[in-house]
Amino acid sequence: MKYEVLIDGHLHQVELERASKGYECSVDGEPFTLDVAMTARDVLSIIHNGRHYEAKREYSLMGETHIIIGSERFFAEVRDPRSLRSRRAAAGAGAGPAKILAPMPGKIVRLLVAEGDQVEAGQGLVVVEAMKMQNEIKTTKNGKVTRITVQEASAVNAGDLLAIVE
Amino acid sequence: MFKRILIANRGEIAVRVIRACREMGIESVAVCSDVDRRSLHVRKADFCEYLGPAQASESYLNVPKILEAARRSGAEAIHPGYGFLSENAGFARACSKAGIVFVGPSPESMEMMGSKTRARQNMKKANVPFVPGTDTGLKSAAEALAVAESIGYPVMLKAAAGGGGKGMRVVTNPKDLASALETTQSEAQRSFGDSEVYIEKFIENPRHVEMQLFGDTHGNVIYLAERECSVQRRHQKVLEEAPCSFVDPDMRRRMGEVAVQVAKAANYYNAGTVEFLIDANKNFYFLEMNTRLQVEHPVTEMVTGIDLVQLQLRVAAGEPLPLRQEDIILRGHSMELRVYAEDPDNNFFPSPGRITRLISPSGPGIRRDSGMYEGWVVPLDYDPLLAKLIAYGENRTQVINRLRRALSEYFIGGIKTNLSLFRRILLDPDFQAGRIDTGFLDRLLQEPPIIDARTVRRVPIVALAAAIFAQQPPPGAHPARTDDGLHAATPRTAPVVEDGEVKPSGWKTAARTEGVGR
Repeated sequence: MKYEVLIDGHLHQVELERASKGYECSVDGEPFTLDVAMTARDVLSIIHNGRHYEAKREYSLMGETHIIIGSERFFAEVRDPRSLRSRRAAAGAGAGPAKILAPMPGKIVRLLVAEGDQVEAGQGLVVVEAMKMQNEIKTTKNGKVTRITVQEASAVNAGDLLAIVE
Repeated sequence: MFKRILIANRGEIAVRVIRACREMGIESVAVCSDVDRRSLHVRKADFCEYLGPAQASESYLNVPKILEAARRSGAEAIHPGYGFLSENAGFARACSKAGIVFVGPSPESMEMMGSKTRARQNMKKANVPFVPGTDTGLKSAAEALAVAESIGYPVMLKAAAGGGGKGMRVVTNPKDLASALETTQSEAQRSFGDSEVYIEKFIENPRHVEMQLFGDTHGNVIYLAERECSVQRRHQKVLEEAPCSFVDPDMRRRMGEVAVQVAKAANYYNAGTVEFLIDANKNFYFLEMNTRLQVEHPVTEMVTGIDLVQLQLRVAAGEPLPLRQEDIILRGHSMELRVYAEDPDNNFFPSPGRITRLISPSGPGIRRDSGMYEGWVVPLDYDPLLAKLIAYGENRTQVINRLRRALSEYFIGGIKTNLSLFRRILLDPDFQAGRIDTGFLDRLLQEPPIIDARTVRRVPIVALAAAIFAQQPPPGAHPARTDDGLHAATPRTAPVVEDGEVKPSGWKTAARTEGVGR
């Protein structure tokens, strides 16, 4: 199976084939023979050339996946080139309207912009309070705020749409 | 000794107090709000009283409800933990009125230390060194100018009722002083309802070191050990240690004696902490007194061998301190890491949610004071402190190495935590050399993270691990497994049948629903 894996923003070509013991695989053309055991859900024990790694997976409700080895955390995104969603995501990155999502559950304490406002990337749109802290949620894109889907004092879940910037 | 006490708190500190109770044969009464029914402190306690809705004013800050819970449960004393009602003199007074012992100092001592100018006046009387400046509110810009001239610039304007890093302003130039005073006063009025502002010398990048002290109701006061608390972010402590490598035995004795003086001036009993600022020339100045048990008390327990919570309960029951000053001997070194549910890679946004997997470190010299467990949902209503990872060792280097080892074992899945931040701190050469001050962490966070050879070597393994994980079916599915527990199949697309219910497939859905009811 071929995958495109994004690690901390760098794209890697990964090929995975099950072997009698573990996997025969390659990363960016370099071959790897791995002895792999799943020791618990989200915990892999990997031996490569006699060196042992324990890899753990965590994911946020926003859909981001992290792989942790030792106490180091890596951002990982796996794209199956055959999947339509991945192809769309790859093609559409950077273009089109930007959906601003709540990164955590909380309460909307303030709206900093109104629909129709012109905003610059990095500008705060909404303030969400969670765990006694107020957090400014910023736009990732320059453009016009075409929709604000929340009101002051409303509760939001992680991943909820807050606003759309076009 | 008490037969039963109520713990008016939640999270790791409630668990800590319940553990002390159990060791002393005291029955513990937990209290909980709507969102804490499944929290660890409730599971560990002998009894539980329900308080009300999640909002702190309706639960952990609600004095009538807590007193009623104590009465219903037959508790003889209340331990307030830290935060919430722990430094509320009115609550302490209400306890004694209700015939319940408040585990802490008298309301009078708490009030004496409450206002910054009042504390400074009392310290002046007691001949305690504090940061040069006024001990009353400024009456005019002319007075501010005269005082600033005599103590030297830069100076700091501070709200008497301020706290938590708010209501402070640094002035470096006389021509800015009058307007800065006006702004600070109106800010203080808005934020704290009190426009009193005083002036003190601004100490650049000081160390923040505090002295633990203990008094009993028989007039005895001793000091235990200092804690170095300079590693802070936005005035929030992140890592603490004892002893402080900058403090020598003579300085420790002098600071300890000052702390005892402060306590005696306030007729203080039970656990307390005197905070000091230390400048580069090892001058120390009184900053404030915290009239409660501190979050970072475990590092003192490790190096003194004294259980501070048990001692609090003994003193509250009227027993004299079982120790004299000469009995306090410091041994080894200890460090504490505060594990917060916040994301260091994303502006330290808080990250409540379900803990889907928890792997905790153990082994030599490791202690964990935790309020979480696997499957628990971290509520969004309270402080993000999840747990404290504490290490003890012969010396500071061994402790740093132990913590690095423990961090590599620690895994908290499902939510973001600041665990990765500690790796950076512990690897930093300045930190390792003990060259830290209150500006240390902000400077470290400005620097790009170091990418070493080991990280580079791990990248292909990480890429492969990510792809292997992606091949695994979502949790909850139970197709046939091979010996190594791995599935070679591509991700399933058919609906997953679980507990008789048909659910849509996909790991995101599974991640949201997993653990519910299990």
